[in-house]
Amino acid sequence: MELNQSLIIIVFVTAIALFIWSCYRRFRLVLLGRPENRFKDTGKRIRDVLYYAFGQRCTVSHGYFFGLNHLVLFWSFMILLIANTEFMLHGLFPYVSLSRLPPGVYHALLFLFDVASVLALLAICIAIIRRLAFPPSYIEAQSRDAFIILGLIAFLMVAFFGLHASEIANSGEEARYMPVSNFAASVFFSHIPVDNLSGYINAFWWIHAIVLLSFLNYLPYSKHMHILAAIPNLFFRSLTKVNTQKREDFKKGNTFGVGQIDQFTWKDLFDSYSCTECGRCSDNCPATNTGKLLNPRLVIHDIKVNVLKNGHLIDKKKEAILPLIGGGREGSIADQVLWACTTCGACMEVCPVFIEHVPKIVDMRRNMVEMNARVPDELLALFENFEQRSNPWGIIPAERIKWAAQADVKPFEVGMTEYLFFTGCFGAFDARSRKVTVAISRILNAAGISWGILGKDELCCGDSLRRLGNEFVFDRMVRENIKLFNEKGIKKIITMCPHCYNTLKNDYRQYGMELEVIHHTALVNDLIKAGKLKLNSAKYSGNVIFHDSCYLGRYNEIYEAPREVIASVTGQRPSEMEHCFDRSFCCGAGGGRMWMEESEGKRINVARVEEAMKKEPGMICVCCPYCMTMFEDGLKGMKADNRVLVLDIAEIVANVLI
Amino acid sequence: MLVVTCIKQVPDTTQVKVDPITGTLIREGVPFIINPFDTYALEESLRLKEKYGFHVAVISMGPPNTEVTLRKALSLGADEVILLSDRAFGGADTLATSMVLAEAIKKLGQKEEVAIVICGRQTIDGDTAQVGPGIATRLGYSQLTLVDRIENVDLKAKKIRVRRRLEGRHEIVETTLPAMIAVLREINRPRYPKVPMRLFAQDAPVTLWNNKVMGLREDTIGLKGSATQVRKIFSPQRERGEIIGDGSKNPQVAARLLIDRLKEKNLLSL
Ligand code: SF4
Ligand code: SF4
Repeated sequence: MELNQSLIIIVFVTAIALFIWSCYRRFRLVLLGRPENRFKDTGKRIRDVLYYAFGQRCTVSHGYFFGLNHLVLFWSFMILLIANTEFMLHGLFPYVSLSRLPPGVYHALLFLFDVASVLALLAICIAIIRRLAFPPSYIEAQSRDAFIILGLIAFLMVAFFGLHASEIANSGEEARYMPVSNFAASVFFSHIPVDNLSGYINAFWWIHAIVLLSFLNYLPYSKHMHILAAIPNLFFRSLTKVNTQKREDFKKGNTFGVGQIDQFTWKDLFDSYSCTECGRCSDNCPATNTGKLLNPRLVIHDIKVNVLKNGHLIDKKKEAILPLIGGGREGSIADQVLWACTTCGACMEVCPVFIEHVPKIVDMRRNMVEMNARVPDELLALFENFEQRSNPWGIIPAERIKWAAQADVKPFEVGMTEYLFFTGCFGAFDARSRKVTVAISRILNAAGISWGILGKDELCCGDSLRRLGNEFVFDRMVRENIKLFNEKGIKKIITMCPHCYNTLKNDYRQYGMELEVIHHTALVNDLIKAGKLKLNSAKYSGNVIFHDSCYLGRYNEIYEAPREVIASVTGQRPSEMEHCFDRSFCCGAGGGRMWMEESEGKRINVARVEEAMKKEPGMICVCCPYCMTMFEDGLKGMKADNRVLVLDIAEIVANVLI
Repeated sequence: MLVVTCIKQVPDTTQVKVDPITGTLIREGVPFIINPFDTYALEESLRLKEKYGFHVAVISMGPPNTEVTLRKALSLGADEVILLSDRAFGGADTLATSMVLAEAIKKLGQKEEVAIVICGRQTIDGDTAQVGPGIATRLGYSQLTLVDRIENVDLKAKKIRVRRRLEGRHEIVETTLPAMIAVLREINRPRYPKVPMRLFAQDAPVTLWNNKVMGLREDTIGLKGSATQVRKIFSPQRERGEIIGDGSKNPQVAARLLIDRLKEKNLLSL
């Protein structure tokens, strides 16, 4: 091969230096974020990367056909990474070459490269056809950027075959270990005079080199930055379920929430770089699906654009030019978008690179509430009510005990009572939910459990406040509750609301409060299994469906208990809606949305009830007072409330207690 | 130029019950809140501050724990808060209360000229709506009550123009400064405090003016300076209702019955 070595060195070194410099410029901005330790448990992290990235678990699962295509592309890419690294090293230092390996190994590798290249080429063609013929739900899929990237990869593969085919033709020997290149050699190069072949080799070599280096240098600037960031992001993923938000330190001089990108953690910023723009989060988002402006993919995208627009300025201690919150432009997120989120967690559940959307959204809400007091009108009264009366309606606390008139209840006594039954604001005040509270008390009594209530001294757990970004008041509420729990020696708590459950269990832990919290569905199921409840299991003949609450299912992975309870009572497992288990569709009330107007687009609860009605249920089972309210409202809207019963798991059990 | 806002800390009256035997209010365990009407007065003064650059001083007469309410005013953006607290001020009716408040405003006026005094229309525990007008009278200020909008403040000409909401009509009234205005809840929507301000307010200074500072004659303040006294508090006896009708579910029958009864009692003439 007659190649001008110094030219190669100049081109390669310049291109690689440029690439490193671009990466440095972009990735350095991530360090503007606040510190956060994401290195603990390195062993598990590495195992996870192998499992999720190299197995492409998340891309393939969840019924995405095109995920399979990505799997092929990803693996071809990994194999060709070896080929191309060798290509570059060999260009720079001609004595470095895979051909020095024993011929068996070398040929095996060449075979792999050959097959990988043809698979990659196929995958690229499918991706291009998909983008042209069945474009995904979002618009950027057809962007120039995507086609440039796909085109470059395709070109690289063609150059690869060109190079190898001409080399094979030049050697005059068959190369069976490279079936595709060999075939190309016989078709395209067999009639070319041997003297001219070295010219072809030279040309293809340079095409290959230039395309490869262009690809490398385009990458950091393209929307496909995820090729560089995704795998590291898997390494840094949260090792536990993302079911809480971080605490804030209420000291003078601190800022609260996130109003500018440098107030995010570095991991939040890195998340934005890793987004593959696959759109799965928005495909599963109840807000996006009902015509709200909120689209979790775009939230992440806007954060990235904002980092790229403002990062260099903030780095030089200059003023940011594009506000993170406010909207109206790419890279800025509208208030309305942030308020629309129900914190249902569907986005996080499906994201192939484990991006954590909800904490970011709550962080930005915190900025609006805590730093700017910029909140929708309906929340002003809500916040006052929570602060003054520790419940969302501002009802006088003495009424918390009213429901107890209809049940056999005792107060929680220090040192005597085992379980605290924490009714929660809904369970205590809301007329419909009180029936559930009463049902639970009947079950507890029937099972002979030692339990008691706090009555009028019970306080709100603070869930809505935390999700709405009012961490300051939440923090005060937690402290008051913990004081109360400690005074009474409360260690075990039964909740009827998945929101209380999650808050007491996962949020309070951040305050060093390790409580044994049990949601009533799990408890009832255990009691039935242990034979502690005698049920008159009259078979229910109608169709029963079960709705998974986000805070019980996705947040705490309780999926089976309610289904088993239904099966014990009705003699059959419930039938499933299209969205169920970890793909459940929010009722629309979480994240504080219960207390806000929903005027944008279609109502989420209506969408969910419509989905339920497709199964022609006689009964819809729920296990959350919010879901109960949302389903009953939705059914009333459809004038179906006289045909379909909405009952809590506790009610169906209490109804058949002997 | 100063805007002085008068606020009061009141028991959350919806949670107050009358002891049927002793006839006194059961205040135990009842939380104190800022008088809801005063939140609108405070908000309006903060808006005046933002629009015209006034300083906002907030004054309140009450027991020492009123400090909590004054800190809330600080967290919302008041520049200065003054607690008027002394045993000698206790037991005051509206006459004696407006005395202390008016003197405090005079005292503030020695440092900085007072342009506007803002009060809520009334308190939820006394319901008299007299303190604002009382202050204005003692200070010789113009008084504008039932204000639901401040139209304009002309600092050069020393004029204020407001809209008053009366039964079935509005009135635009203009007067010279200084003036006292008493505002309705329709005037604004009070803001929510920002956290950095709350943290600042937690240990910011609250000025205490007791009677040593104020130096008022004992017979003009507190119980002694009051022209009225509360003699008795009781819950009105309500007559028991009676059940009419026979439980018929037919709405027409029920309506007929109701109309007949109302006619019988001369409550309805057709
Ligand atoms: S948490 Fe739910 S509502 Fe919020 S962005 Fe994610 S999917 Fe949408
Ligand atoms: S955030 Fe995750 S799910 Fe959403 S588009 Fe990006 S990679 Fe896909």
